[in-house]
Amino acid sequence: MSVVVLGTGMHPWGKWGRPFVEYGVAAARAALSDAGVAWTDVDFLVGADTIRNGYPGFVAGATYAQALGWSGARIASCYAACASGAQAVDIARTRILAGLCEVALVVGADSTPKGFFTPVGGDRPDDPDWLRFRLLGATNPAYFGLYARRRMAVHGSTPADFAAVKVKNARAGSLNPMARYRRPVTADEVLASPMVADPLRLMDICATSDGGAAVVLASEEYARRRGTTPLVRLAAVATVTPSFPSTVLELPNFATDSWAAAPPPERPFRAAIAHAAYEEAGVGPEDVSLAEVYDLSTALELDWMEDASLCPPGEADKLLRGGETAIGGRVPVNPSGGLASFGEAVPAQAIAQLCELTTQLRDRAGPRQVLRPRVGLAVNQGLFGHGSALIATL
Amino acid sequence: MTFAIDGWFAIDHDGVRLLGTRCADCGTVCFPPRHGLCPDPRCGGTELREVRLPGRGRVWSYTNACYPPPAPYVAAEPYEPVTLAAVELDEAGIVVLGQVTGLTVAELEVGMELELTSGPLADGPHVWMWRRAS
Repeated sequence: MSVVVLGTGMHPWGKWGRPFVEYGVAAARAALSDAGVAWTDVDFLVGADTIRNGYPGFVAGATYAQALGWSGARIASCYAACASGAQAVDIARTRILAGLCEVALVVGADSTPKGFFTPVGGDRPDDPDWLRFRLLGATNPAYFGLYARRRMAVHGSTPADFAAVKVKNARAGSLNPMARYRRPVTADEVLASPMVADPLRLMDICATSDGGAAVVLASEEYARRRGTTPLVRLAAVATVTPSFPSTVLELPNFATDSWAAAPPPERPFRAAIAHAAYEEAGVGPEDVSLAEVYDLSTALELDWMEDASLCPPGEADKLLRGGETAIGGRVPVNPSGGLASFGEAVPAQAIAQLCELTTQLRDRAGPRQVLRPRVGLAVNQGLFGHGSALIATL
Repeated sequence: MTFAIDGWFAIDHDGVRLLGTRCADCGTVCFPPRHGLCPDPRCGGTELREVRLPGRGRVWSYTNACYPPPAPYVAAEPYEPVTLAAVELDEAGIVVLGQVTGLTVAELEVGMELELTSGPLADGPHVWMWRRAS
């Protein structure tokens, strides 16, 4: 028994300024059409919530169900920050695995304001996400800057290495019609862009975007009855939390756990997320044909490569510089163009990662197609300790 | 002097200290202060006592905010980039984030020793801050 990705759909990422529901519905319709499934035949719809778009955003499952036309389908809605999409996928696949439904639609979409993400409004001194802005002015890029500077100190990475990540991802994004930024860039442009959170510049940091993504999941039996080929299997969804003591400063926290009284776990959080997915899928990092990793910043792409064991610690820069992570390289990383080309559309991004894995595994990625992929890995992380890793296999 | 948050730091005879909690059972400390359960799930302790954390440590990493952070932060006008450092406290095995006063990113290094002080936010209330160790 396995769960199959029957169809994928996206709304192009951008800054369109329209209601999120439009993007979600467009993505859902594209996924249904790709799957050859009528909305009225869907048993179960899961919406990944958006907290920036009023009450409809908090009840995204019902919002999309109503927009598509009430069909009586069962629904769920979930929020897990940037891991919302992975949790929505997980909810759908477990219901399929339990035999409670055969075909499910998973949708995530967002409309974002200009500028920094800010906490939900009001005076909320018991909310660390509000407090980190109030007391420290610590925006999301500030944390990305801390990780980048740490990487420079520990592994000797340079701003030029970070710029090379952007150059690679912009080139891939230029080949992706769903990407927001489709212009190739040079390292000089990256290095000349304004400093935002030292050592990271504007072009090192992902934007906040409008966008939508959807997948249709089904039981393998359902897919076989319909003669679907190739069968792209959802082999793992890892939504693990950190293990105490978590020794890396995570958004939106003021401090790490203390490791003075209890030894740190074998794997720090990010590494544990990928490891859990490998274990569940029964594959290893050496089997990975392509990876979509969570490049909130250029530097974080390098960290994630090591956390996902695609190379030993400190060697990501070397792989990058050798062209191994570009399309056509040994293990292409972010062949979609990554967040560097898309920007964050929070509830959609983990679903978008799965769309890219599926498109690649079906050999439908056109000019950005990876050579004969078998195993795709997507890793991601949501605020407050939400792991998100997916593995799709042929 | 008004503090921007109550119970997270104190100004004593020996300087500014962060206030954390220590589990009476296993000794695990945490910051900010925590109530209820010990954060170590293998411990299960429920008696978390206030503790003054070490006032010095070494820079784990640092960055700055070149653009004024959005509300609820109140940015000074004219705006000067805010410097932030994550500092590993001596002997506590914990990294704590704070604003840095008197040092820019050009003057900071990973591993450099800093000590705790306090200073005002642009709208008046004080927060803990890091400065060059004396």
